[in-house]
Amino acid sequence: MPHDHDDHFHDGHSHDGLSPSGHPYRPDQDHKLTRWQAMEIAMRELLIEKNIVTAAEITATVEQMDRRSPADGAKVVARAWVDPAFKTRLLQDGTEAIKELGIEPGVLKLIAVENSPQIHNVVVCTLCSCYPRNLLGLPPDWYKQRAYRSRVVKTPRKVLEEFGLTLPADIIVRVHDSTADMRYLVIPNRPEGTEALDETALAALVSRDAMIGVALASQP
Amino acid sequence: MMPSVKVRVKDWYPPGHVRVPAYLRGKTGEIERELGLFHNPETNAYRQTGEKRNLLRVRFEMGELWGDEAESPSDILEAEIYEHWLEPADAP
Repeated sequence: MPHDHDDHFHDGHSHDGLSPSGHPYRPDQDHKLTRWQAMEIAMRELLIEKNIVTAAEITATVEQMDRRSPADGAKVVARAWVDPAFKTRLLQDGTEAIKELGIEPGVLKLIAVENSPQIHNVVVCTLCSCYPRNLLGLPPDWYKQRAYRSRVVKTPRKVLEEFGLTLPADIIVRVHDSTADMRYLVIPNRPEGTEALDETALAALVSRDAMIGVALASQP
Repeated sequence: MMPSVKVRVKDWYPPGHVRVPAYLRGKTGEIERELGLFHNPETNAYRQTGEKRNLLRVRFEMGELWGDEAESPSDILEAEIYEHWLEPADAP
């Protein structure tokens, strides 16, 4: 029976296992479970059998984790731009301040650091991949890679240049290594010419990378 | 330990789980702020969760960390260090 899609063969020749858009197909998971996969399934099934959690609760929690995105962090930054009193509270105690926006910090202990015309902040975790997930969602792959982690603490200006951000020599670069319990949010400088914008429009200018400190806020 | 006090990170290499990056050991900086008590990761990693230690943010100059290789010696690096890893900067 002829199949109605042409992913695998065109005119009888293979495209080297690539999809029509040029991406490799992921192999099916036909290998044996790893130890930790088996442990996860065993633990999950036990918790459900013993009525400690339900499968629906686990799914809901995973969905909640997947919903986290940089949009929450951007809301915090936009509020800090328009409300100086909020910014002061955010800089004093980030964990408490984000609750004002309805963001539940959970285990997050937040330190907000503010860029200025004299200072540019950038965040890293040299030891692993600590990241304010409750505010920014999952970290980008490069944030977890050794190249970024080892280089940004020694040659931050070079690394920022590779991201397209060249800083003048008279700006101090301040690198924050998340070595222990705190997580960091960079408040980028508010772009010029944004006086008329409301908080929602301002938040749209704040990218994930700007809140890590490898970019600036976008121009409107 | 109070903000702006000069401290040196101990040049220790104990076995086990520690959260003091090697590039900061033996380096001198100043206290940026105190963060309060947190579980000591060196015991927490082995499920001994009772022990809490004072955690501080320490500010270093890049010139101190990297010497002649520093890209811009007056740039700053800040990290969280547990108090038992810190000693006065003038300690022998």
